[in-house]
Amino acid sequence: MNKRIGVFICHCGLNIAGTVDVDALREAVGKIRNVVYVKNYIFLCSQPGQEMVSDAVKEHKLDGFIVANCSPTLHEKTFRTIAIKLGMNPYLVEVANIREQSSWPHSKQPDYATKKALKIIKGTIKKLERNIELYTQRVGLTKRALVIGGGIAGIQAALDIADGGYEVLLLDRKQSIGGHMAQISETFPTLDCPQCIMTPKMTEVAQHPNIKLYTYSEVEEISGFIGNFTVKLRQKARYVDWDKCTGCGECIAKCPSKPLSEFNRNLCKGTAIYRDFEQAVPSYPVINKEACLYFQKGVCRVCEKVCPAAAINYEDKDIIKEEKIGAIIIATGYDLMPIQALGEYGAGKYKDVVDGMQFERLLASTGPYAGNVKRPSDQKVPESVVFIQCAGSRDPETHYPYCSKICCMYTAKQALLYKHNVHHGKAYIFYIDIRSNGKGYEEFVQRVQEEEGVVYIRGKVSKVFKRGDKLVVWGADTLTGQTVEIETDLVVLASAMIPSTGSLNLASKTRLATDKFGWFSEAHPKLRPVESVTGGYFLAGTAQAPRDIPETVAQASGAASKVLALFSNEYIESDPVIAQVDPEICNRCGYCESVCAYGAVKLNPKTRIAEVNEVLCEGCGACAATCPSGAISHRNNSRKQIFDMISVATENYDQITTKFDK
Amino acid sequence: MEEKREPKIVGFLCKWCTSAAADLAGTSRMQYPPSIRPIKVMCSGSVDMSYILRALLMGADGVLVGGCHPADCHYLSGNYKARRRIAILKSIFDTLDLDSERIELKWISASEGKKFADTVKEFNDKLSEKGPNDFTKSWNL
Ligand SMILES: Cc1cc2nc3c(=O)[nH]c(=O)nc-3n(C[C@H](O)[C@H](O)[C@H](O)COP(=O)(O)OP(=O)(O)OC[C@H]3O[C@@H](n4cnc5c(N)ncnc54)[C@H](O)[C@@H]3O)c2cc1C
Ligand code: SF4
Ligand code: SF4
Ligand code: FES
Repeated sequence: MNKRIGVFICHCGLNIAGTVDVDALREAVGKIRNVVYVKNYIFLCSQPGQEMVSDAVKEHKLDGFIVANCSPTLHEKTFRTIAIKLGMNPYLVEVANIREQSSWPHSKQPDYATKKALKIIKGTIKKLERNIELYTQRVGLTKRALVIGGGIAGIQAALDIADGGYEVLLLDRKQSIGGHMAQISETFPTLDCPQCIMTPKMTEVAQHPNIKLYTYSEVEEISGFIGNFTVKLRQKARYVDWDKCTGCGECIAKCPSKPLSEFNRNLCKGTAIYRDFEQAVPSYPVINKEACLYFQKGVCRVCEKVCPAAAINYEDKDIIKEEKIGAIIIATGYDLMPIQALGEYGAGKYKDVVDGMQFERLLASTGPYAGNVKRPSDQKVPESVVFIQCAGSRDPETHYPYCSKICCMYTAKQALLYKHNVHHGKAYIFYIDIRSNGKGYEEFVQRVQEEEGVVYIRGKVSKVFKRGDKLVVWGADTLTGQTVEIETDLVVLASAMIPSTGSLNLASKTRLATDKFGWFSEAHPKLRPVESVTGGYFLAGTAQAPRDIPETVAQASGAASKVLALFSNEYIESDPVIAQVDPEICNRCGYCESVCAYGAVKLNPKTRIAEVNEVLCEGCGACAATCPSGAISHRNNSRKQIFDMISVATENYDQITTKFDK
Repeated sequence: MEEKREPKIVGFLCKWCTSAAADLAGTSRMQYPPSIRPIKVMCSGSVDMSYILRALLMGADGVLVGGCHPADCHYLSGNYKARRRIAILKSIFDTLDLDSERIELKWISASEGKKFADTVKEFNDKLSEKGPNDFTKSWNL
């Protein structure tokens, strides 16, 4: 209990003194129990004001003090810093907000402005009486980051952190890094090909002394907390010894097993021993066990025979590696919804109804037909293509309510690239409305509409069916109110983006929050967009929500700068105004654990008594309000303190005669 | 005597939104009844039911809990916790034939100084009309 409390009342020029009778206030405050010193001053925050406070604290041997002035958002820090200089614990300084919450809003009732100021000060004194000294806790940190997902988001984040001088592990479950961007033909709005703009970055990753690549690997288990994670990674069996492999590709050339190529979205065949694509980083292949003739039928071993480096190892096993990590970036990206769910568009039924990424592969010079657009069913050059936007997006009844954000733009791009490829071809785009809000985007769409002669039809498609070797698209043009029927060779569905497969699994391993679709949740939708809810985890790219490459890269750099800021500290200092458990009282119910949004309070697995992780706790107080036994309390906001403040608040206003009454 | 039928309102205002809104109302010199006695809390989700009960039992005519709008809570979901708790408390009040309208939960963001001032005015008027809280007659702490 603090019994030598000082109160400093600020006049704030006339801002306070003009409506609050500061002399009457001083007199009344002086009579309050445990207040040993009261002093008025014209501007407390001024240099002489601060010195006056400093001297008085020493001279009167105060246990703690209150400044009655403006909102604590303005000067709480100023006066707490004074305390630190004086060797006083800063948490023994409180602010009574008598300006914003009394003198100003009650300036027309100065008597009440004074009475309310007194009440606010009294309440603050009650709080301060029971404030305890609090100390920030320091914990060390491992300055090493893990980036999960090696798409453009993960690549950018890893490079930024590595350039900042810290070690990064870049993990991808695929054989190569690159993600979806590697599959794209050319990128809107500038039409650079990913080979031109991303391959250099991938090479940089491979050569960077601070980056350790873990491809064909997944997270097995994560424990620990910000600055101090222990991560177990499963490096999947590759059946190729990457230490020996030179990446020559002899094995790939000779492999007799031809499963569908995942990278080419099943439009053509690949091989059982494969790398994701020609420019793959790393360039060393892996064996797809399900397709390998030796693994499935016990005969073949052609790759072993042709490998000049003797790198093939059919006995290879998964390896679990343990790494110490200080910060984790989630960059696991997206996938496209399976179009089979869009039966009304003939998807899953007709080979020539493809999704956006398949069409990217048809356009790509590295694709199945070397950049000459052909339709999958009979390799005929399509005379016309119908694009259907918002396939599965903005459809709260049957699919996803959200906008996938990129489809308007990539559809425009694809229509343009198709027209460049098949000059006499016709392109039609069904859309709900066009969302082209990015730098140069609106101009790009205008160009596609006006110069490229792509036909935009505002409306929805009701049905796609087959007539002869053509597909027929039925739709409604909502601008003219007419129904439309288009005979076409190919239909492209801009199907909804969804969180990458396995996101929920990763979310449960990391105990990170996602929204109901599985997109990873940010700590604050506006103000903390690249941090996750849990300390030490950051978000980059489409793992958080649909977005295009420029936005993905910007966010990835944002996440990397958060990691760099974290690593610029020698230790993590935690705010001590947090929850605290009295182990004697805790009845082991675990309610606090279930209510904490940050996973900061957990029952100890052995004792079953609740324990607060001081680094993770954000100090919201939800657990204290939930604990049925009163075992968990919110430091310096304890139940006793609030009850005392309630007692003050519910008393009648003091009868003080102010100069304004006369 | 002193109160001239001025109600007593205890306001539990979350630091990040509603208390900031009260600051803004002040900065904008908006006037509202001084009947509100603000207690700043970290989050509406830290407001224990017992705080509300205690305030009413100690003679408050009304309790205002102010938090951030849905999806805006600084601590993500504290306001939803507050909403649930207050709904329960109100239904207990209704069951016991106590006046649940004396408890008010409002979402007031840091930019809504006017909404804060208006909320206090309206609540003040409503409570003035109701007259003094008579819980203290039948319940004793
Ligand atoms: C058809 C189409 C065309 C597009 N065209 C353009 C365009 O022209 N211009 C443009 O700006 N944008 C375009 N986009 C959008 C662009 O693809 C994305 O913005 C970008 O690729 C997102 O990158 P990312 O790193 O967030 O995700 P991804 O590219 O999805 O990368 C995620 C990576 O994480 C890995 N991964 C996922 N889960 C795990 C896990 N659990 N463990 C380990 N690794 C994991 C994946 O293997 C992948 O490598 C297009 C999108 C589509 C669908
Ligand atoms: S105060 Fe909030 S963040 Fe801290 S343990 Fe309690 S509920 Fe979790
Ligand atoms: S809610 Fe309270 S009693 Fe229950 S486990 Fe948490 S601290 Fe212990
Ligand atoms: S911080 Fe305002 S309601 Fe939670």
